[in-house]
Order: sequence, then C-alpha cells, then structure tokens
Amino acid sequence: MSKEKGKTKKYAGFWERNRQSGGYLLKKEILSYGGSICRFILLFGMCFMILQPLLSKISVSFMTESDLYNPIVISVPEHFTTQNYLLAAQLMNYSKSIVNSFVISLTIAILQVAVATLVGYGFARFEFPFKKFWFACVMLVILIPPQTISTSLHLHFRFFDILGIFKLLTGETINLRGSVLPYYMMSAGCMGLKNGLYIYMIRQFFRTIPKELEEAAYVDGCGTLRTFVRIMLPDAKPILTSCFLFAFVWQWTDGFYSKLFLGSQSLVSTSLARLSDTLGAYIQRLMGTTTTVSLAYSNCIVSTGTLMIIMPLIVLYLFAQKGFVESLSSTGIKM
Amino acid sequence: MARQKNKLAGLQRRKAISGYLFISPFIIGFLVFMIQPFIQSLYMSFCQVEIGSGIFVLHPAGIDNYIQAFRIDPEFTRLLTEELGRMVINSFAIMVFSFFVALILNQKFKGRALVRAIFFLPVILSSGVILGLETDNALMANLQVAIEETTQNISITETLEEILRTAGVGTRAFEEVFQVIDNIYDVAIASGIQIIIFLSGLQTISASMYEAAEIEGCTKWESLWKITFPMISSLFLVNWVYTVVDFCMRSDNEVIDKITTVMTGQLNYGFASAMSWIYFLIVMALVGVSSLIISKGVYYYE
Repeated sequence: MSKEKGKTKKYAGFWERNRQSGGYLLKKEILSYGGSICRFILLFGMCFMILQPLLSKISVSFMTESDLYNPIVISVPEHFTTQNYLLAAQLMNYSKSIVNSFVISLTIAILQVAVATLVGYGFARFEFPFKKFWFACVMLVILIPPQTISTSLHLHFRFFDILGIFKLLTGETINLRGSVLPYYMMSAGCMGLKNGLYIYMIRQFFRTIPKELEEAAYVDGCGTLRTFVRIMLPDAKPILTSCFLFAFVWQWTDGFYSKLFLGSQSLVSTSLARLSDTLGAYIQRLMGTTTTVSLAYSNCIVSTGTLMIIMPLIVLYLFAQKGFVESLSSTGIKM
Repeated sequence: MARQKNKLAGLQRRKAISGYLFISPFIIGFLVFMIQPFIQSLYMSFCQVEIGSGIFVLHPAGIDNYIQAFRIDPEFTRLLTEELGRMVINSFAIMVFSFFVALILNQKFKGRALVRAIFFLPVILSSGVILGLETDNALMANLQVAIEETTQNISITETLEEILRTAGVGTRAFEEVFQVIDNIYDVAIASGIQIIIFLSGLQTISASMYEAAEIEGCTKWESLWKITFPMISSLFLVNWVYTVVDFCMRSDNEVIDKITTVMTGQLNYGFASAMSWIYFLIVMALVGVSSLIISKGVYYYE
C-alpha cells in the first residue's frame, strides 16, 4: 500500500509538478521539443540535399529512352523498365568485376589498415631518434599528389629493383608491370592510396589514449607487442573500423592506381569510368553503322552503373556502422 | 653512433628499438617506393624532358621551368591564388559544417542510424571515379534544376540574403558566406569523412563527464566548450589537415587539372613537374603553418 502511494506521488500530474518547480519543467519540456523540431527540420533538409541526386538516379534508371525526352516525365517513369540495369551489367561485365573488386579492395584495405596501425602506434607511443624526421616523411607522403610521381612509378616498376640487389644477382631487373604484386607491395610499405592519412589518423587517435593504461600493462609484465595487441587494439576499434571503411571505399572507386597497376584486371571502378565509351561501341556493333549515342541515354546508363556500384558499399556500411558507433566500454580508465 | 647508444640506455633504448620496429614498414616502403620517384620528379623539374620511343632524355635547364611557371605562363599564378583562396574559405566552411553535423548526429533521437547512414553517403559519392562522372552528368543537372524550380518562390535563404545585403555592413564578408551557403551541397559532399572522424571522437568522450558537469550546474553550452572541445581538439587538427589536403588533391581542382593537362596532353614533363613542385611546396607550407597554430591549442591526454 505504501509502495503504491509512493508511486502515485512520484508520478504526479504534469501541471502539478510544473507548479512545484516554478515553471521550470514546462520551460524545459518546451525547449526540448523545440530543439527536436528544429533538429528534425535541419536534418531532413540536409538528408534531402544529399539524397536528391541519388533519388533522381534511381528514378532515371527505370526510365526507357523515350521517357528521358518526355518533358512531362520528371521523376516517375511512364514506361517502367529494368532494361537499363541489364544493359549496364552486361557492359560493365558486372558479375566478374564485382568479385575482382571485392577481393582486391578487401585485401588491400586490410593490409593498409594493419600496417598503418603498427606505424601509427609506433609514432604515437615511442620515443626514438629522428622521430620528427620520419613523421615529416609521413606528411610528405600525404601531401604529394600521386599524379606527380606516377610516371616515375611506372618506370620504377618496369625496371624494378631493390637497391640494385636483383641486378647484382641475376644481371637483370624485374618487369612488374601488369601484375597486381606492385600494388600489394606498395600497400604493405604504406605507400598505397591515401595510406599516409591512415597513419596520421591512427596516430592522433592513439595519442589520446591515457598512458597509464600502457604503463600498468608494462608493470604487470606485458611485453611491448602484447600490450599493443591486448590493451591498445581493442580500444582503437572505432578508428580502425572507420579507416577500414575509408580504405575499402576509396579502393573500390579509385581510378588512378587501378589504372596504373591493375589495368589487366576488370574492376568496377575502371569499367564504370569506361562505361559511356563501351556503350557507344556496343550500340555501334548492334546497329552496324557509325552512330553516336544520345547524351541523355548514355548519362542514364552511367547513372544506372553508378547506382549498381554504390549499392554494395552502402550494404557494407550498414554492417560496419556498429563498429565505430560503439563507444569505448572495455577501457579501464575512462577518458 | 656509439655515443648515441650510450645516451639511450636501458628501457629507453629498448623502447627506441621497438619504436623503430613498429614504424619499419613505413621506412622500408618510403625508401623503396618513394625516394626514387620523388627525387626523379624534382630533378625533372629542373630539366627539359624529351620523350623518345620507350625512353626519355633529360637536358638540364636550370630554373627555366620555374621562370616559365611564374612569369611566362598566363594562367598558372592566377589559378594558384584563386585555388588557394577558395581552399581556405571552403576548408573553414567544411570544418564548421562537419563539427556541427557530428554534434547533432551524436545526440539520441529516433532514426539516428538512418540519418548517419545518409551522411556517410558523401564519402562514397565524392570518391574516385564517381566524382568525375557526377560533374559531367547533364541529365542529373537538368533534373536538379527542375526540382529547384518548384521551390523557387518559397526560398528562405534568398530572402535572408536580401535582408542582410541591404543592411550594408560587411557586405563583402557576407558575400563569401552566401557563396558557401549557395554551394552547401559541395560542402556537404566534401565533409563526409570529417563528420565520421568527429563522430568517432565524440563517441570516445564518456557520458559520465557530462553528467558530472551537469550536476555541478554546467549548461549544455558551457560543457560544449569546456568538455567537448578540448577532448576532440586533436581531431580538429586531423580534420584540418585532411580537408586542406583533400581539397588540394581533388580532381576538380584547377591547378591539378592544369598540371595533368600539361603532363599528359602536351607531354611537357619538366614544366608539369616544376608546377607541381611549386604547388606542393606552397600547400606544404600552408599545412605546416596552420597545423602549428592549431596544435598549440590541442590537448593531449598525456
């Protein structure tokens, strides 16, 4: 009985409680509701802004060619068709290139993040001679536009050699062009696509983790490597997931390195970049005469292709999102 | 070398060695893959490059290429200053925007996962080949215009801009802000990564800190400045560096565009290398100076 009494007291009417608090409760409620409404409007607007191009792509991808020229049709197609998807898939060699892209992006991303974690941790936590100099080198790697050194890199792998060792042994340099190997080697050496950036991000993250955690582990007799794996890595999960996502996405859509090193493989990014040319050739072959594809139609096919390439990334993101949304909960000392 | 070893005795020396072991992948990669192309491109900028079949010949030409870039080429200096000005304004806008969005997305509300997913899209949409395809897609541009037309009469921003313009104070500063607001899509597209970096930083601040502050009578506004800011200040540095660098390397950057045209179109490797070195050095100096200034205010948990 007394329990129930306490309960009713606790949940007294809103106005009653408002009166007791001298109007503070009402003010707080109104402010929080007003805040939510403002937030909703803002977020809705921004989401629409980001989604709008994507939505128009989706609507265009279901249109037939005649719909594209119809001034009445804006976003809902009159003649619904999935022909565009079939054509884009055929032209991009979709099923094969998506598997290729997936394997390469996944392995490269894992390799890049693993190496960058090691290096980033080294920079964040150890004092050694010439540290500043090496870190300046990292900044250099981030800042130098890959276009600048692409020609030299090309030649470098044509006549590949590590400090003249191979030439000394066999009298010849190795031709590594056209194989996937150079790119893996570059990624393992932190020189891949935006690799310096991952190092930088991970280093900044490790610097914010309290040193006491590490010192406690050392005092308890944990070795350097073990401390790193057991104590520091679990904490770094959010940033590692973000880095992995970036690495995967960038590798997936990258055109520059793919063209330079992976030209022989059919990848989604390179086939997407070539899509409008492929379409032209295809139509020409079909008609038997020299025709040009209308701009609207080729744009429509390219949009469809873009959609098909983005989709796997979105699915991946939905799965990985939890990784970097999760907060640090297993830490001994909370930050 | 021996003296160095003596200086770093015991634990310190062991830590130095393990430090080197940790960063050894980078050192190896840098030595094997970076040094040579790097020096070669620097050397090329001082040369006249002649392309033959399969090989190329370098004729040393002193600083001719640099003189050409600054004093002969009609576009380069103009493009350079324009791009750098645009970069400073846009990077600033991107930082503010992404921090603001990250703060909102870190709150609890219904449909948060969905909104976060949407804000991640720019990372995909602004990457690699997709960005290039996006910019020359005329069909999409037409559709966007069609949609914009329907909302022409109820544009709040337009009215606000009009009011602020007639106020007459600081019109030039307003114009810059208006330009950013009108191009808000570009800002949003460019700030996907920054939002995620900020978000992952905000996640690491424990809620108990805010609770303690609230009990002590701290308002939300105060705890933003006293807790959130210092705790993620290191990420401001990361994001700033990233934003500037990303802006400099983007494929729609006109300087990069010019360099690529000269390199692949006119096959003038020497001149292209010289231009990219000038650009590179300026950007490097800019990043160096600005990050030095920011890093003064960064708080590390050490």
